[in-house]
Amino acid sequence: MARTARKPVKKASAKPRAKGPLLLVATRKGAWIFKGDTARRKWETDGPHFLGHIINHLMLDPRDGKTLLAAASTGHLGPTLFRSTDFGKHWSEAKRPPAFAKGANGNGRSVKHTFWLTPAHENEPGVWYAGTSPQGIFRSEDGGESWEPFSVVNDDPTYRGWMGTEQDGTPDGPKLHSFIVDPRDPKHLYFGMSGGGFHESTDGGKSFAPLIDGMEVVEGFDAANVAFHDPHCVRLCPSNPDRLYQQNHCGIYRLDRPSRTWTRIGNAMPKRVGDIGFPMVVHPRNADTCWVFPMDGTTVWPRTSPDGKPAAYVTRNGGKTWKRQSAGLPDAQAWWTVKRQAMTNDARDPIGLYLGTTQGELWASRDEGESWRAVARHLPEIYAVEAAEGS
Amino acid sequence: MKVLIPSPLRSYTGESEVEAEGATMAALLLDLDRRYPGLRFRMIDEQGRMRRHMRFFVNGEQTFDMMRPLTPADSVQIVQALSGG
Repeated sequence: MARTARKPVKKASAKPRAKGPLLLVATRKGAWIFKGDTARRKWETDGPHFLGHIINHLMLDPRDGKTLLAAASTGHLGPTLFRSTDFGKHWSEAKRPPAFAKGANGNGRSVKHTFWLTPAHENEPGVWYAGTSPQGIFRSEDGGESWEPFSVVNDDPTYRGWMGTEQDGTPDGPKLHSFIVDPRDPKHLYFGMSGGGFHESTDGGKSFAPLIDGMEVVEGFDAANVAFHDPHCVRLCPSNPDRLYQQNHCGIYRLDRPSRTWTRIGNAMPKRVGDIGFPMVVHPRNADTCWVFPMDGTTVWPRTSPDGKPAAYVTRNGGKTWKRQSAGLPDAQAWWTVKRQAMTNDARDPIGLYLGTTQGELWASRDEGESWRAVARHLPEIYAVEAAEGS
Repeated sequence: MKVLIPSPLRSYTGESEVEAEGATMAALLLDLDRRYPGLRFRMIDEQGRMRRHMRFFVNGEQTFDMMRPLTPADSVQIVQALSGG
């Protein structure tokens, strides 16, 4: 695939800031905003917002530092999006939430929920992308007020075949996630589907192609079939956008472009822990450093921390070796895990790491994972955590 | 006609009973959406299908027919089944 010249990458700033970071926490029963002090020791709780609503993702627009979008699906009501420009004091509903095109004979798909929100390129203010369940891509050009189906993917017969049916997807519905915009080129896009593989566009979404070479699939299935691929979370390194890390249903991988072949770097993880999990976090200034949070993916897939002992694992050499980071986390009998959007970082120095658990605990590390401290307990099941810098 | 609104949708209407017009159920829901933007999509999906657990009653009788005729003297009840945890 032809690749155009791209602008050099701008390094993520680690300059001291006058305010602490914000943690945007989306849960099964509402959203919370935690406001940190500059030392990231004290956190002020703001919430619940939308108590009782299912909030799948809460994102702040990094381009204006004030627009929040919340993807809501609210029990039995249809899905929608809410928007705030004053850090959640007031919310207004999107005029046109993501919705598939009308199908012939009433057979079209309907969006069950918006799962993933990605602000577009920094030179495209007000533009957002959304990934949905079932798998679809939508784009807003007015700051999240109105959304339109985006790209050929939603209705392309080949892509629809790779998406499978709703019974082929994750337990609460198949998802389109990890929508990534290359910081050097707004037309260079990636996305992942659970299930349905990982895909790339170099023409602004007019076309996409699978990027699955080297990725493994469940034993006994054909890795050449895109439908069998299940990337859980893919992140692009801000300091080197030619490097991507992936936590997959079948291991941890790295891809260095222009190569099209993923390398399984999870084989270096301890065998008793394995390399199955959901989240993937990359260091904003060091492309050799990333974190995962393994879960038990053996037998019936308990989806708990392996052996009830939760821990992050970090590599600082691109996946050659991994180090366990569990200081402060429970030593045993902790049967929670972390969903794919529920682990993230800030860009301070040293970076802060944050994770939300399936049992409603919010944990923070202000030393790049060396030690952890609980910020909140007894929240609902946490679906997503984002760190943001408010203006 | 009078339309009873279930509690999950009262953030749109502000009250439990509202007035709306329409010669059919479909027209009534469009009128409700004009008065309370966004309300219809929470009940009816983009393919025109009633969402799971949303139910409509006319004068106490359940209907699944969006073309069911209505008159100003009818009363409509919108109900959301409560289930799940």
